Amino acid sequence: MDLFEYQARDLFAKHGVPVLAGEVIETPEAAREVTERLGGKAVVKAQVKVGGRGKAGGVKLASDPADAVAKADAILGMDIKGHTVHKVMLAQTADIAEEYYVSFLLDRTNRTFLAMASVEGGVEIEVVAEENPDALAKIAVDANEGCTPEKAAEIVAAAKFPADIAGQVADVLQQLWTVFIKEDALLVEVNPLIKSGDGKIIALDGKVSLDENADFRQPDHEALEDKAAANPLEAAAKAKNLNYVKLDGEVGIIGNGAGLVMSTLDVVAYAGEAHGGVKPANFLDIGGGASAEVMANGLEIILGDPDVKSVFVNVFGGITACDEVANGIVQALELLKSKGETVSKPLVVRLDGNNAELGRKILSDANHPLVQRVDTMDGAADKAAELAAAK
Amino acid sequence: MAIFLTKESKVIVQGMTGATGMKHTKLMLADGTNIVGGVNPRKAGTSVDFDGTDVPVFGSVKEAIEKTGADVSVLFVPPAHAKAAVVEAIDAEIGLAVVITEGIAVHDSAAFWAYASSKGNKTRIIGPNCPGLITPGQSNAGIIPGDITKPGRIGLVSKSGTLTYQMMYELRDIGFSSAIGIGGDPVIGTTHIDALKAFEADPDTDLIVMIGEIGGDAEERAADFISKHVTKPVVGYVAGFTAPEGKTMGHAGAIVSGSSGTAAAKKEALEAAGVKVGKTPTETAGLARAILAG
Repeated sequence: MDLFEYQARDLFAKHGVPVLAGEVIETPEAAREVTERLGGKAVVKAQVKVGGRGKAGGVKLASDPADAVAKADAILGMDIKGHTVHKVMLAQTADIAEEYYVSFLLDRTNRTFLAMASVEGGVEIEVVAEENPDALAKIAVDANEGCTPEKAAEIVAAAKFPADIAGQVADVLQQLWTVFIKEDALLVEVNPLIKSGDGKIIALDGKVSLDENADFRQPDHEALEDKAAANPLEAAAKAKNLNYVKLDGEVGIIGNGAGLVMSTLDVVAYAGEAHGGVKPANFLDIGGGASAEVMANGLEIILGDPDVKSVFVNVFGGITACDEVANGIVQALELLKSKGETVSKPLVVRLDGNNAELGRKILSDANHPLVQRVDTMDGAADKAAELAAAK
Repeated sequence: MAIFLTKESKVIVQGMTGATGMKHTKLMLADGTNIVGGVNPRKAGTSVDFDGTDVPVFGSVKEAIEKTGADVSVLFVPPAHAKAAVVEAIDAEIGLAVVITEGIAVHDSAAFWAYASSKGNKTRIIGPNCPGLITPGQSNAGIIPGDITKPGRIGLVSKSGTLTYQMMYELRDIGFSSAIGIGGDPVIGTTHIDALKAFEADPDTDLIVMIGEIGGDAEERAADFISKHVTKPVVGYVAGFTAPEGKTMGHAGAIVSGSSGTAAAKKEALEAAGVKVGKTPTETAGLARAILAG
């Protein structure tokens, strides 16, 4: 889960990383009082989870409280690369002498953590990495040893930070490591890390991404979720513990196992090329042991998506038996009917693997007018695409 | 032969006495796996009856190894306790730890991987978040259904569980030397490259099927390895061409960020290494079939 800048700032402050005062607001009027509290001037910063907001006009300096209201009014509601600005942060103004870059992240390739640091901060770090790779130091950090004072000094030296601030930067690195570890982060990035006119090191802007697998030991993280921004179908699926991602096509997809569902999306998209370009409408993995209830919950979400014209249920019975899955589908349709929901979208079902014959027989016997059986994955994808295109 | 797991393997189950552990221990026994014990400190000294097979429960992995000579552990330990369980297996220097558990925090898997490395990688880790591995007709360490296919001469390595099953099913008449699901998490123990290396060295494997998915650069690195070190034919499949950027597709590691981790880049890298890549699982199986038919 990616955080907003103001949430990252709060986590930094919680773990002792030096930051400037700042408050987040959602209405322009609120800017007046906050700016007064900040000493009469403020930087008004759009809160969006996408880079390049400065260039897009999402960061403005306000010279007084009235100006802050006007700037906040201009930025709130702005569209930045498809992200609407619902919140702005008002931050204390900074006297910037130098801009640097530091981060900790997961290095998947080497299966370790990585510190990156550069004295060329304030610009997109990808650009630095591309154009001047020597200016970006990359130092592996052992997950069990962590960012010790020696490791911090190594990073500082590798990035060639000036001697007068080396100690301060090393301290900040250790504080950021604390954020990284204590918050179960996948990324903690500060860009820019600044040296102020009076020689202080401050984290001016930050990006934090958290590991949702660690939610069981991070009870505070749920509150950081941006529920307002979630797609309503995704939110409904999440409430039912379903692994669902909304996409922009017409064929609803239900399958078991992340890899098989991803593959199903691809196969449907290929099949769709012959049927007017229809595409998958979603990703939905019902996981192993799909009960009738899970199947019903999944079907309910997908049938509730107005974009869906047909549904493809693609199950390979591994440990799960296909007869259970078939019963799940039949019961799910009955359950939806008993709830008074009219199901009018055709379902194409492909069952293979454990007890497939039995499962297919259950579907044939049920003889539901909307359910069609096709016994190969490619054939079923083609049928589902054809039905979606015909609607 | 086969890779990593044979009928000689002596298997213990960490987390055997939980519901998932019980269910799958029973299935593994039915597939002929030589399960010599379970581990649960609170139930040490007891035993569990699986349809007439009495499996003793030990207090620790170390004790289980001392008393049974176990060399493989399969872990069904819940995410919150998985790191401690893997570290215990590493400390006991068991040869292979198969971590089935889904949903382990990355800081935990990075920590046990770093720990294994610091101890000289005496324990091979497979997973986490994987279906394990099977050597059909010999042994099954994990949750791969044992009745999909038979022993044969194809080696399979895959990030995804159900795609492993699908591919085993497609090629069930030919059969497999070993099939291994390495897991879809950002940090995993055994990689595509490790499996490719083992299959290349395995005299009972004639062809390798490699299944990848979006996220990371493991497939690209595997392609590089194949071009340099693999002489056996390799057929590939990559899932996730239609996955949008920035959305995690079920597996914690399955995410396209910017231009990296895309299925198209992986397919291109594999093809450049001489790997035939199928558009669908069925087409991929057909490519393997054609190569074996000569």
